[in-house]
Amino acid sequence: MSTTEHRRECRSIAAWLFTTDHKAIGTLYLGFAIMAGTLGGAISGYMRLELAQPGMDYVVNGQSWNALITAHGLIMIFYMVMPALIGGFGNWFVPLMIGARDMAFPGLNSLGFWLLPLSLIMLIGSLLVGDGTGTGWSLYPPLSGIDGQPGPSVDMTILALHLAGISSVISAINFVTTILNMREDRLPLFGMPLFVWSILISSLMLLLAMPVLAAALAMLLADRNFGGAFFDPAGGGDPMLFMNLFWFFGHPEVYIMILPAFGIISQIVSRFSRRPIFGYPGMVLAMASIAALGFIVWAHHMFTVGVGFAPRAFFTLASMVIAVPTGIKVFAWIATMWGGSIRLTVPMLWALGFIIMFTVGGTTGIVLANAGADQVLHNTYYVVAHFHYVLSLGATYAIFAGFYYWFPRMTGRMFPEWVGRLHFWCFFIGTNVLFFPMHFLGLAGMPRRIADYPDGFLGWNMIASLGAVLALASTLLFLVMLAVSLRRGAPAPRDVWGPAFTHEWDDDPEMARPRGTAGVEAGA
Amino acid sequence: MRGRGTVVLGFVSAMMLDARHGLAQAPANWQTSFGVSASETKERIVALHDHILLIGVCIVALVAILIGFALLRFRASRHPTASKVTRMPWLEFGWTIAPVLVLGAIAAPSLQLLAYESDIPDAQLTIKASGHQWFWRYSYPDNGGFAYDSIMSPPASVPAGEPRLLAVDNRMVVPVGAVVRIQVTSSDVVHSFFMPALGLQIYAMPGRLNETWTRVEKPGVYYGQCNQICGLNHSFMPIAIEAMAQPDFDAWVRDAATRYPVVSAATISAQVAK
Repeated sequence: MSTTEHRRECRSIAAWLFTTDHKAIGTLYLGFAIMAGTLGGAISGYMRLELAQPGMDYVVNGQSWNALITAHGLIMIFYMVMPALIGGFGNWFVPLMIGARDMAFPGLNSLGFWLLPLSLIMLIGSLLVGDGTGTGWSLYPPLSGIDGQPGPSVDMTILALHLAGISSVISAINFVTTILNMREDRLPLFGMPLFVWSILISSLMLLLAMPVLAAALAMLLADRNFGGAFFDPAGGGDPMLFMNLFWFFGHPEVYIMILPAFGIISQIVSRFSRRPIFGYPGMVLAMASIAALGFIVWAHHMFTVGVGFAPRAFFTLASMVIAVPTGIKVFAWIATMWGGSIRLTVPMLWALGFIIMFTVGGTTGIVLANAGADQVLHNTYYVVAHFHYVLSLGATYAIFAGFYYWFPRMTGRMFPEWVGRLHFWCFFIGTNVLFFPMHFLGLAGMPRRIADYPDGFLGWNMIASLGAVLALASTLLFLVMLAVSLRRGAPAPRDVWGPAFTHEWDDDPEMARPRGTAGVEAGA
Repeated sequence: MRGRGTVVLGFVSAMMLDARHGLAQAPANWQTSFGVSASETKERIVALHDHILLIGVCIVALVAILIGFALLRFRASRHPTASKVTRMPWLEFGWTIAPVLVLGAIAAPSLQLLAYESDIPDAQLTIKASGHQWFWRYSYPDNGGFAYDSIMSPPASVPAGEPRLLAVDNRMVVPVGAVVRIQVTSSDVVHSFFMPALGLQIYAMPGRLNETWTRVEKPGVYYGQCNQICGLNHSFMPIAIEAMAQPDFDAWVRDAATRYPVVSAATISAQVAK
């Protein structure tokens, strides 16, 4: 389908509802992620308002606070980051990059997307009925059991996550099938752009991790409603079983979120350094080994649960080893820039922000990987700082980088360059002012997930809340820019970002330009 | 609970609180690192942290400097033609091996610390801490088995000089210099027994009896909080440990044994039956 037809078709609402076109579904995913991200961001704004000073001034009580932090975490992970990176950019660009006409199972693709709004409605519903799910996103029993959280909220959250899990597995099957079977002639696996590799590896991880979450949630549902005792010590069960199952999913999940970000950053760094990515085979192997290691480090989330020396030593060492392939990626990005011809465009600005901030988050990850030191850091704001550096300043930067990078390709329009830069600098300063002081709070011993804190934590909490104001304001700027650019943005120039190494820029008649090579050049 | 102060008032009170907590062991405003260390465990943790932090700062600085330098030297206006080189095996080998060596330099002291923490020395005293929604119950099986609840002082009636949300009615009391074994469990949901000043943290798990240990080096009152989300009042479940000289501790035990009820196996099974 040509882009012109595509645009015409998309004018009708029915067309959006029933579309099986990978680009249209990608757009749906991105729109959904923007809406969910706005919701999750609004919740975090409310949380920072509450935490700006001691006392419980805004939330009704601790339970509603707990329900809010749970909703914030689940929304950002399942309805913002994953739909944007995998469903959105993956659907849009994987088929284009490998020269496939569409995804392998277009109907299934549509189903995968439409399960998500249902799932999100179910999750929001869990906030509105009863007391909400006040367990944190990790849903540990017995707090998530029927005695800890009576009422339908937790059941609704579990069903919401089941739906989101089915959606993820469906799209993972689709990506794996498409990438393995539908590459155009002569495109070898080791010639695929790194973004395609990252989606392939993330999809394989989803296929292994999601069923484990589904099993844990099904057992929790049985404990709550059908007299089960999988996690109830009084019936011979053990809450630690849930923790193991949850984190066997939960740790791979964070790599599922970050690998596509790596892929996007590789495309952008290569494009704006005007050369293929440096050390391509090493980059692929690094992603594959991050994925493999990701499945044997889950118990570093459980260092203080009460396990002995040997398992803690093993999980300490295994977790630290992940720094090696991650280091390979960071060094290869720098080496790509080194000797390149660098243009500091808006997407490149976001990509460089990603690399530096992700390195900060990776470094605090090394600190946390040490079971011995984790004894005073586990569950403190140090952890909150760490995972926001890799997700809020990592994955989210990559989403914005990809969004600005592919915006002309997706819409045929340009955004005002100065707004993109202003957005970046406000978000960069805002998120750093927001999250950096959390390291200090964590070292000082502030527990996470508390609605009110001892007065000695006031200073940095106030600063963090000021940073949140700037970060949220810059997000608002992004939304306004998006609304204006979608309608009135200048038509994107024919060679908006200069020569491309990948095929997704080929097929749009408005963007078409002569290309010297028939195949995709290896690397990026 | 405090009203809605303005940001300015907040800053002023932050400074004042800072002054007040100067000598106490509670967290202080604008603190940028660990608070007081009152045990060897904590001192060792701080040493390991500082060791890793130094390495981490060097790594972040290296990445930032390399990127900054690349931006200066290889920007399109100064370097219009990009290099075609995409492989340099020795360089790639180097940046794979170098992190392994750095990690080795972290892993060795890290495992030593872990072994130190995991290996519980012969204890002179055992205390059991049991997490409940939303208070702690401490019992002293070596001293006749008396037990008492430790509940947060309501914010309206915090004793003078004690920090809001950290002060409790009855503290856990330990003798200075003695190896104390702390057994931690829970009667309902998962809690976490977290005492930053001593470098201690272990979950209170229903159906499990976890064990950790400490040896407090300095007399004083140390504060921590429940550190695992545990429901409605998770924010209001502090832990306060008072370390005192052995003779004072002995006197406290004699008094406590008369004030607090003895919790024996029989009373526990009576409670369960009920």
